[in-house]
Amino acid sequence: MKNQPAETSAELASENLTAKISIILDSYGILLLIALMMIILHILQPDVFFTWRNLTNVFKQTAWQATLALGMFIVIVTAGIDLSVGSILMLSLMSLAIVSKAGFPWFVVMVVPIVVGIICGCINGIGITKLRMPHPFIMTLGTLYLFRGVGNLISGGVPISGFSEQVNFLGSGRIKLEWLLGSGAREYIPVSLIFVIIMYLVVWFYLEHTQHGRWIFGIGGNPNAARAVGINVDNMLILVYTICGGLAGFAALILAGRTNSGYPNAGLQSELDAIAAVIIGGASFFGGRGTVIGVFSGVFLMGLLRNGLNLMDVSVFWQQITIGVIIIIAVYLDVLRREIGTRK
Amino acid sequence: MTTPILQAKGICKYFGPITALEDVDLQVSAGEVLGVIGDNGAGKSTLMKAFSGLVPASKGEIWFQGKPVKFHSPRDARNLGIEMVYQDLALAGNLPIAQNIYLGRDPTKRFGFINRIDHKRCLEMSQEHLDTLKIHVKNAGQKVEDLSGGQRQAVAVARATAFDANLVIMDEPTAALAVKEVSKVLELIKRLKSLNVAVIIISHRMDDIFAVCDRVMALFHGKNFAEAYINETSHDELIGWVMGASQHRETV
Repeated sequence: MKNQPAETSAELASENLTAKISIILDSYGILLLIALMMIILHILQPDVFFTWRNLTNVFKQTAWQATLALGMFIVIVTAGIDLSVGSILMLSLMSLAIVSKAGFPWFVVMVVPIVVGIICGCINGIGITKLRMPHPFIMTLGTLYLFRGVGNLISGGVPISGFSEQVNFLGSGRIKLEWLLGSGAREYIPVSLIFVIIMYLVVWFYLEHTQHGRWIFGIGGNPNAARAVGINVDNMLILVYTICGGLAGFAALILAGRTNSGYPNAGLQSELDAIAAVIIGGASFFGGRGTVIGVFSGVFLMGLLRNGLNLMDVSVFWQQITIGVIIIIAVYLDVLRREIGTRK
Repeated sequence: MTTPILQAKGICKYFGPITALEDVDLQVSAGEVLGVIGDNGAGKSTLMKAFSGLVPASKGEIWFQGKPVKFHSPRDARNLGIEMVYQDLALAGNLPIAQNIYLGRDPTKRFGFINRIDHKRCLEMSQEHLDTLKIHVKNAGQKVEDLSGGQRQAVAVARATAFDANLVIMDEPTAALAVKEVSKVLELIKRLKSLNVAVIIISHRMDDIFAVCDRVMALFHGKNFAEAYINETSHDELIGWVMGASQHRETV
């Protein structure tokens, strides 16, 4: 039998270092990846990429996806899934467009998508818990078809365009920076970016610093534990899916402002983008793990990737392939990191 | 004799056509450790879940501190100071020790118009509580999934006792533990008893029953089978009760 060698201080130090690196990668790995990508894109496209205009464009394009992904994240933390967010977005958007066309005042038009989103999310939550669906996948797969069908039904499946300035403010409003950079400056901050940041901060606070937030993580970690300590798991799940639906409603409002129209193809497959962003951002598909900053990074990374490939005139087909590969690599790196983390 | 802290009369539990419990009586007093034995499927865990509110009884009365009570969820039971340590421990591995101990009852402080969790106080309170129970962990911020089986068991016990429990129910607390860890859990049970807490413990290990219990009762096929004070019975007799065969005794 081999003698157990005494651990030298060098070995201990290197072990410590691995642990430290693993912690750093755990928290900031994706941010490093984003930084790396930005540097590469800057080198490849020195004139275009690092311009205010291009970067704000990325933010404007991804704002609604970021909102969608945030809702998806909360659901995934509970070890659930919501396949219907794209359809909720579409139904909310069409409802907004119809109400707007009917001539309702702007504040009603702005509230409608949120209310529709909340109702849809609530339906999902009640279906999953009270109808005792075997998995959220099935309930939300059903409502993926259902909500989009309703959206097509009420709108006749045709686009409805032209909203008031107030309605469009969230999606395409600009905060000019003349006061900061001198008159004549054309730089601005998109209102949607500010909104997304506020939204993320609110959800971060909710998840990390309120009881509900801890319960949501507890449910994701072990629903039986949550039940055993007296948490009403069913009600919490209904709440979580309702929040997710409400966020999809906000996403619809942002998208309405950005495109100035409601169109039946809105949000098609965006549930998959949202899931991808959450997973790339380091959240566990099995629940209980993940951070809000990770989700934001996941969305931003996908936005950057699309932007960079567009700038370099790479075809959409290659973009699909690249995103697919990135999802697999991101999760594989995660698996590797966990193995290093648990090696004793 | 003092009035029992918990008294159950005629508890029945049906799962569809299956009768899990039929007309079961049980009582336990403050500072008393009651052992519940029985074969697999005898209804021990179901009976305990009726007391913890996780699986409410179909029929029967539960009296707590001399008053009739009804449990619809674990919250009702916990509000009365009835805590349960489940066989699968029911801990959330992704959360730190401290947050597991206070999950569902996190200490909060006002933050504007909302209650925010006081993470710092949660850590301090946990550490203090773990110290009183003489449970040693590196720190209360450690994730539960990084702990050993015995440490997890200790965390589950710590959670059960964090809020001045009157009655702690433990389902197979030593089943999954190494020998050294078993004695620690048994010590914990004795410490609870000395704090005048009533304890009900389910166990297959007769050694544990004899080490900590004052009284022992057996269930067989969902019914009361036998009961005795621990110093009036023997190892062999208890084994017989579990089999549902020899030396059937009337209740004490």
